[in-house]
Amino acid sequence: MWQRWRERFIEKTIAASGMFSIIVVILIFLFLLKEGLALFRTVPMTDFLGGDRWYPISEPPRFGVLPLILGSCVVTLGAIVLAVPVSIASALFISEIAAGWAKDALKTGIELLAAIPSVVLGFLGMAVLAPWIKYLFQLPTGLTALTGSIILALMAMPTIVSITEDALAAVPRGYREAALALGATRWQMMSRVLLPAARPGILAAVMLGIGRVIGETMAVMMVTGNAAVIPRSVLQPVRTMTATIAAEMGEAVRGSDHYFALFAIGIVLFAISFLLNAAADLFLHQERH
Amino acid sequence: MVNLCQAWAEAWMVQHPKVNVAVTGGGSGAGLAALISGTCDLAASSRTMSQKEIALARAHGQEPQEWKVALDGIAVVVHPSNSVRQLTIEQLAHLFSGKIRNWKELGGEHAQVVLLSREVNSGTHVYFKEHVLSAIKDNGPAEFAPEALLLPSSQAIADEAASNSAAVGYYGMGYLNPKNAAVAIAKTPADPYISPTEETVRSGAYPISRPLLFYSRSAPHGAIKAFLDFVMSPEGQEIIRTVDFVPVR
Repeated sequence: MWQRWRERFIEKTIAASGMFSIIVVILIFLFLLKEGLALFRTVPMTDFLGGDRWYPISEPPRFGVLPLILGSCVVTLGAIVLAVPVSIASALFISEIAAGWAKDALKTGIELLAAIPSVVLGFLGMAVLAPWIKYLFQLPTGLTALTGSIILALMAMPTIVSITEDALAAVPRGYREAALALGATRWQMMSRVLLPAARPGILAAVMLGIGRVIGETMAVMMVTGNAAVIPRSVLQPVRTMTATIAAEMGEAVRGSDHYFALFAIGIVLFAISFLLNAAADLFLHQERH
Repeated sequence: MVNLCQAWAEAWMVQHPKVNVAVTGGGSGAGLAALISGTCDLAASSRTMSQKEIALARAHGQEPQEWKVALDGIAVVVHPSNSVRQLTIEQLAHLFSGKIRNWKELGGEHAQVVLLSREVNSGTHVYFKEHVLSAIKDNGPAEFAPEALLLPSSQAIADEAASNSAAVGYYGMGYLNPKNAAVAIAKTPADPYISPTEETVRSGAYPISRPLLFYSRSAPHGAIKAFLDFVMSPEGQEIIRTVDFVPVR
C-alpha cells in the first residue's frame, strides 16, 4: 500500500516537472501578449509593422519597427551565410576524416567556442574586427551589419556543427560502405550520399543556429552601430530588435506607449523564434521516419 | 544624475549609519511628481520646476525650495585629426539631424560625417535633443538623423571618436580624454567660441551646460538638512568629480 502511494507521488512529481517548462512558456507568452497588444490601442498595427521611423521618445513618438526587423534579418542572414558552409565542412571533417585524437581536439575546441561569453566576442568585434572592416572596405565606420554577422557566425557555429555531426553519425554505416564499394571516391560518397541522407538533420541544425543568432543581444548591440535605418547593404550600421529592447527597456516608463512598443517587439521576436523552432522540429521529425 | 545621488547617499550613510537614504531613478519629471505627492523627501532634477508643477505643489500646501548642487557640461568631440574645432549651436543641430553630411560643408576634409549618439534611455540624449537639435524648427520637431549610431555608453562614444577620423559625438565632459578633441561651441556666429572646461561651465559661458538641482517640499530640517549640508560641503562637492559632473563650488 505504502509502496503504491510512494510510486504514485514520484510519478506525479515527475509529470509536474515535465509540465513546468510548458506552463512557464505559456505564461511568458500571455504576459508578452498582454503588455505588447496594449500598444495597438493607440498605434495602428500598420504604423508599427510598416513604419520606417523609430523615434520612441519624440513628441509625437514614432514606433516604426520595420528597420529593426530588417536589421535583425540582415544580420542573421549574413551570419547564416557565413556560418553554414564552414560548419557543415567542419562537421564532415570531424565525423568522416579526422582520426582519433584530432577528432576529440576539434570537438572540444568547438565546444569551447560555445563557452565564450557573448560580451567577450562583442568586445573583440568592437576592438579588433570593426577597425579592420572599416579599413578593408574603406567605410566611414566599422560598426556595420557585416561585423555583427561575423561575430554571430562564430556563435552559431558550435550549434550547427554539433547537430550536423550527430545527423551524419546517424547515417547507417552500410550507406558509406555501399558507396565506396561501388567505386565512389570519398568526396563523392560524402557529397552524394552522406549529405543528402543527413539533410533533415542538417536543416534542423541550421534552423537552430538561426534561432540562436536572432535572439542574441549583447554582442550585436556592441558591434552593429544601432542606427535605425532600413539597411541597403551589409556594410551599413543597422539596429536589431534585441538591441532595441535591451537598450531602451531600462528607462521606458512602465505603462507608456514606449514600454508597450518594446513588448510588441518582443512578440515579433517570439513569433520568429517559435516558427524557426517549429520548422527545426518538423525536419528532425522527418529524419526519424 | 542617479549615479551622483547614489554616490552621495552611500558616502553619507557611512557617516550616518542610522539613516537610510533610498535613491530611485526614472527621470526628473518622475522625481518632482513623487516630491509633490509626498512619496520622497528630496527630488533631484536636471531641469527647473515648471510653473505647472510649482502651482500643483502650492495647491498641496508646499513651498518648494531649490538647490543647485552640481553642474553638467556636455562636450562635443571629434577625432584629434579633424580640423573642424569650432561650431555654432545651429551648425551642431544641422550636423546631428543629418542636414550636414560631409565635413567639407564645415570647412573640413572631404569625408562623410559619422554621427555618434547615446541610446534614447540616456538623459544626455534627451538633453542634447531638447537643447541643441531644437535650434532648427523649420518642419516639426528636430530629430537625430536615423543614420546616427546609437552607442550603449559614453565610453563607447569616446572609443569610436578616438579611432574614427570622421566621427562626431557628445558626452558628459567627465569623459574628455587626450584621444578625443573637444569642439568649441558658440551660441550664434556672433558669440565667442567657448571650450568645455570646469571654469566655463561654472561661469555659464559654455552653451551646452545645465545645472543639476535638488528640490525639497519646504525648508529642510533634521536628516534632510544634514544630507543637503553634506552635498554642499567640500567633501560632497569632491564626490561630484568622481562621477564626471562639475562641482558648483
